[in-house]
This record gives sequence, structure tokens and C-alpha cells, in this order.
Amino acid sequence: MKDSTPKEVLYRVRRFEPGRDQVPHWQDFTIPRTPGMTVLDGLWTIKQTLDPSLSWRSSCRMGVCGSCGMLVNGRARLACNTQVTELGSGVVAVAPLPNFDIIRDLVPDLAPMFDSHAALMPYLVREDVAEQEKPTGEFAQSQEELEHYLQFSYCIKCGCCMAACPTVATDPVYSGPMPLGQAHRYNADGRDGGFARRREVLSGERGPWRCHFAGECSRVCPKGVDPAKAIQLMKRELVWDYIRLRKAPRPACVSPKPTEIRRRPDIPEAPARTI
Amino acid sequence: MMRDQKLWTWHVGAGVVILVLLGLHMTIMHLDAILEFTALNPAGGEPIDWQNVVARGKTLIFPVTYILLLGAALFHGLYGLRNILFELGPNSGLKKALSALLVVAGLGLFILGTWSALASFTLARSL
Repeated sequence: MKDSTPKEVLYRVRRFEPGRDQVPHWQDFTIPRTPGMTVLDGLWTIKQTLDPSLSWRSSCRMGVCGSCGMLVNGRARLACNTQVTELGSGVVAVAPLPNFDIIRDLVPDLAPMFDSHAALMPYLVREDVAEQEKPTGEFAQSQEELEHYLQFSYCIKCGCCMAACPTVATDPVYSGPMPLGQAHRYNADGRDGGFARRREVLSGERGPWRCHFAGECSRVCPKGVDPAKAIQLMKRELVWDYIRLRKAPRPACVSPKPTEIRRRPDIPEAPARTI
Repeated sequence: MMRDQKLWTWHVGAGVVILVLLGLHMTIMHLDAILEFTALNPAGGEPIDWQNVVARGKTLIFPVTYILLLGAALFHGLYGLRNILFELGPNSGLKKALSALLVVAGLGLFILGTWSALASFTLARSL
């Protein structure tokens, strides 16, 4: 059977060099198509063989680090996680993520997103600081409690959701789906006691109130996280909080290390703690 | 800082009030043949017949629910309009001006509507 797959692929890349370009422009590159080629592979081929000045951000090549989020054929995706063949076209149009300033070529300025993220305290907030610094055990958590936030913890902060969000596109004050989703991830964590502190940000203009549930953030998320759901759950929590009906759970207590359990001789001893 | 949390909660609450009162309105106006509201339509015929309207207008519950529905609908609608306008990207000064304008418009319409409801109640009682 004859292979009808084209031997070449056209990359249409959005270029912008600060200081030289006034506005971004498109540049075309034709490169050989190889089996299993991802959009990121193609960018590397262009950089190594045609134009070494082409810039983008990438690291792990396996959809884990979240560095290579970009707009591929009109949709925010991870370049490393997108096969050229799955695009179903002989043209791969690659542009930086929308809703961010461009630093250069395909490199968006993600700093505002991470500023909003940091403002919402994306970590466990607890009173027992000493226990967190020098743990004497583990914070107890049931499987059911884990499932309240587990899917939101898969977020890799790639910014694809921010690029797809129509509210982020129009409202510079709105925190956006990634920071809000991560705020909910910690608010929903039974080990956390930081709801009241995060509420100081969430109850104002930077909170979830401008979301109109377009759901684009969830549709484009390469990790299958549902930030739109997190935002609606957060709104519900904040409404219950305002009318004083929110059950404020106490942060999970410390479950002491078991003392009467002996390691089986056929199981090797755990390595020493490094932190 | 709780302003948006507060406004959103009232927005949702107003939506629930609208749902209940509009449901009541639709039931009284359009399900009369099935449910036979003889107390609400003492003259028989259609619910919008003059005699039935006057009979309902004499009871205090109707102007009270009119005013409640008016307040809920105005708040719900104008808060939604404010959100739409804010998405056009006004600066903070214009946001304050728009909010003030909507509050004034809302209060004006509420006063006008309340006056109308009370006037119709007074008129109905005099007939």
C-alpha cells in the first residue's frame, strides 16, 4: 500500500523580535516530515537547520513541565504533546499564547499569570508552622478528601487555559483560570486552613466573579484539568461563606508515625530523608 | 474587599426570587384553566379581565410581590449589565461612574415602579 502522507510540512511561525519589529509577522519554513513528529520536533528542526534565531520555551518534551504552551493551528496546546499528523493539515501555524505580552517569537510573558498565582497562596496555609518545618507525622487525609482536589493538582501551569479564556482577553484585573483553579485546589484540600486569607483576594475584582463559564479553559487543558469547574465550585464556596453557611473544616490533624509496625525483611529500608 | 462576593451573592439570591415570583406569575396567568383559581379570578373568564385584575389588586400581597419582583429584577438585570459594560475594558474612573449611573437608574426605576404598584393598589381599593 502506497504511503500518501506528504513528505514535507509547512510551518508558519509567528515571529517577533523586540527592538527590530514593530509588530509580529508570519514566516514560513518547509521542513521534512518524519514519523511521530511533534510540533516541538519541527521547531527544533527549523532551529537546527534553517533559522537558529527562532525562540520558544520548552524543557521536558513529555507534557510534564508546561513550558511549551503555544497556539497551534488556532488552539492553545503543548507543542511537545501535539503530533503534526493529528492536526490533519499540511500546514502547522504556530504563534505565541494569546492574552500575554510577547517577549520574543513564541515566548509569552507569563509573569502576570504567576504574580496572580502567587497572590492566591498556592500552598498549604496552616497555623502549625513548626509542624510544617519539622514534620512529626503526616497530615491525615482520606481518599474521599483527596478526590475533592486531586484533578486540580494535575495542573502544570502551562498557561493554555489563560490563552483560551475570553474573560482574560478583555479584563486585565481578572486573575484567570489557572490561578483561580489552583486557589480552589488548596481551598478544597482538607489539610489547608487558608480559605480566609485567600478570600481577601477572591472576594474582590480579582476573584472568580467575571467568569461566564465559557468552558474554553477546560476544553484546551492538555492535562484534562477542569478549571471552569473549579471556578464554579469556588463561587459556590464564597456564596456560602457570605451567607455564613459555609462549613469551615478544621485543617487535618497530624497523624503520628506508626510505631508498632515492623518492616518486612524482604522490603528494603527507605532512604534517609533529604529535606 | 468583599464587594464582588457580596454583589454576586445578592445577584444569585435575586435570581432565585425572580424564579419563584415569575413562576407564580406564569402559574396564575396561564394555568388558571387547569388549576381553577376561583379566589384569584372571582369574575370568571380570563385572569387579565378587568374585574379579576381589580379583585387581585385589592389584596396587599400583590403590590408587595410586584415591588419585590421589581427590586429583584432591577438588581439582577443591572448587575448583569454592569458586568457586560465592565468587559468593554473601562478604566477605574469610568467603572465608578458606570456603577453610580446604574445605581441611580435602578433607584429611579424602583421608585417609579413602587409608586405605580401602590397607586394601582389604592385605585383598586377605591373601586
